[in-house]
Amino acid sequence: MKRLLVLGAGTAGTMAVNKLRPLLPRDEWNITVVDHDETHYYQPGYLFVPFGIYRPDEIVKPKQRFIPSGVDFINAEVDKVEPEENKVLLADGTELPYDYLIIASGTTPRPEETPGMDGDEFRKSVHEFYTYEGAVALGEKLRDWEGGKLVIHITDMPIKCPVAPLEFTFLADAFFTEQGMRDKVDITYVTPLEGAFTKPVASKYLGDMLETRNIHLEPDFMIESVDDDEKKIVSYDEREIPFDLLVTIPLNMGADFVGRSGLGDDLNYVPVDKETLLSTQYDNIFAVGDASNIPASKAGSVAHFAMDLFPENFMRHINGLKMTEPFDGHANCFIETGHGKGLLIDFNYETEPLPGKYPLPGIGPFSLLKETEMNHWGKVMFRWMYWNILLPGKELPLPALMSMAGKETADLS
Amino acid sequence: MPTATIAGHEVQINDEGFLTEYDEWNEDIAAELAKNIGIDMTDDHWKLINWLREDYKEKGETATTRRVQTVGGFPTKQQFVLFPKKPARKMAYIAGLPKPHGCV
Repeated sequence: MKRLLVLGAGTAGTMAVNKLRPLLPRDEWNITVVDHDETHYYQPGYLFVPFGIYRPDEIVKPKQRFIPSGVDFINAEVDKVEPEENKVLLADGTELPYDYLIIASGTTPRPEETPGMDGDEFRKSVHEFYTYEGAVALGEKLRDWEGGKLVIHITDMPIKCPVAPLEFTFLADAFFTEQGMRDKVDITYVTPLEGAFTKPVASKYLGDMLETRNIHLEPDFMIESVDDDEKKIVSYDEREIPFDLLVTIPLNMGADFVGRSGLGDDLNYVPVDKETLLSTQYDNIFAVGDASNIPASKAGSVAHFAMDLFPENFMRHINGLKMTEPFDGHANCFIETGHGKGLLIDFNYETEPLPGKYPLPGIGPFSLLKETEMNHWGKVMFRWMYWNILLPGKELPLPALMSMAGKETADLS
Repeated sequence: MPTATIAGHEVQINDEGFLTEYDEWNEDIAAELAKNIGIDMTDDHWKLINWLREDYKEKGETATTRRVQTVGGFPTKQQFVLFPKKPARKMAYIAGLPKPHGCV
């Protein structure tokens, strides 16, 4: 009996076992998935919880509900991988040998990596919304916050869902407007990037949207520390930005066991071939979802599009054939902009987000890089699709690879 | 791809003025590029630039400021002192390497 071992039952790991179980004969292959957490969090929901748009209980379900029959689920912490021995050690000492290993252990926020960030003010005036606990605590804070200086801050790239901090900013602007207290809130968006977003055309659109909402943009800000006595963030080039409420995106890093196993880069992401997701070090290890170092957004949509191509590649690889379905880094992100509207961007390794229509050229129904109500409804509907279509590994009628059809290229010059 | 003559050498550059060919770089060119952005190269500057080029040769991508600190041993604060405001970009420019990734 051969064993496929999957570390992590989040978005990518769950899709992987759902797609691979039907392809691997049950009398030849055992599939085991290990995760330290029994709860599956709908992570796009973390954005909405602080504003009371989703209740916390609406974004959690038991992980095992999404693990198909014929797949063993082990609820345990991974100590490390011993890739030369083809085995994984769990924290309780259990050894799990494998023939093939898929690392799907994602990325997590690390406030402790920035001096002062997880100090006395953490979850008081210093908040984050990249964890369930953080999103809930921030919701409680916003409920009776009386206004002042709101600073939304990104520590360093890459982060999970690079549009989320912008969405949070737009939703905060809308939230305080609807509460009738926008004039009491001074909003600053602080980023280590040169502009509002990572890619030039979208960065200009999104930068203009910040400006029209009277949100100050502070670019090129590399944080050195949070001064939680004087309530300010300080950069390496000695700029200081005072805050009454700091909503920060802490440094994001891959799982510690990846680092301990010698399988990660300096942020614990597994170096892989960006077209096949095969480890650059070991021929029987893949990394999927946020856990890899592919130069694409760390986002569920990327995990999903990659996972449309991955099973075919995996089956070819284990049968000694060349992998023939190269992934292009396709990402597709709804960006909530407040007041029931949203924006959509669609891009890949080579092509930055451009205006146009998606998925049908000229028709849509979604508009790229443009605020529409339809885009907002796309995001709202997505939660249902996530639980019912994506996680169980069913097909969405969207092409896995990005298409230029429907995109306008006039802004590229 | 446009070309430019820097310190008497003809080199290929991209539209942001970054060298595109690893092997066309030399220290004369680096000193000239540094001067373009108002930096006088000292021993400390050279140590860092040379480390960055060695690391690129090994890894195939430009080190981020984080990696320059954790692997190269040059504290981030020092990078900001040596290459003010935008160290990652300025270091890559002088070292004749592409801008570091991470911006996705």
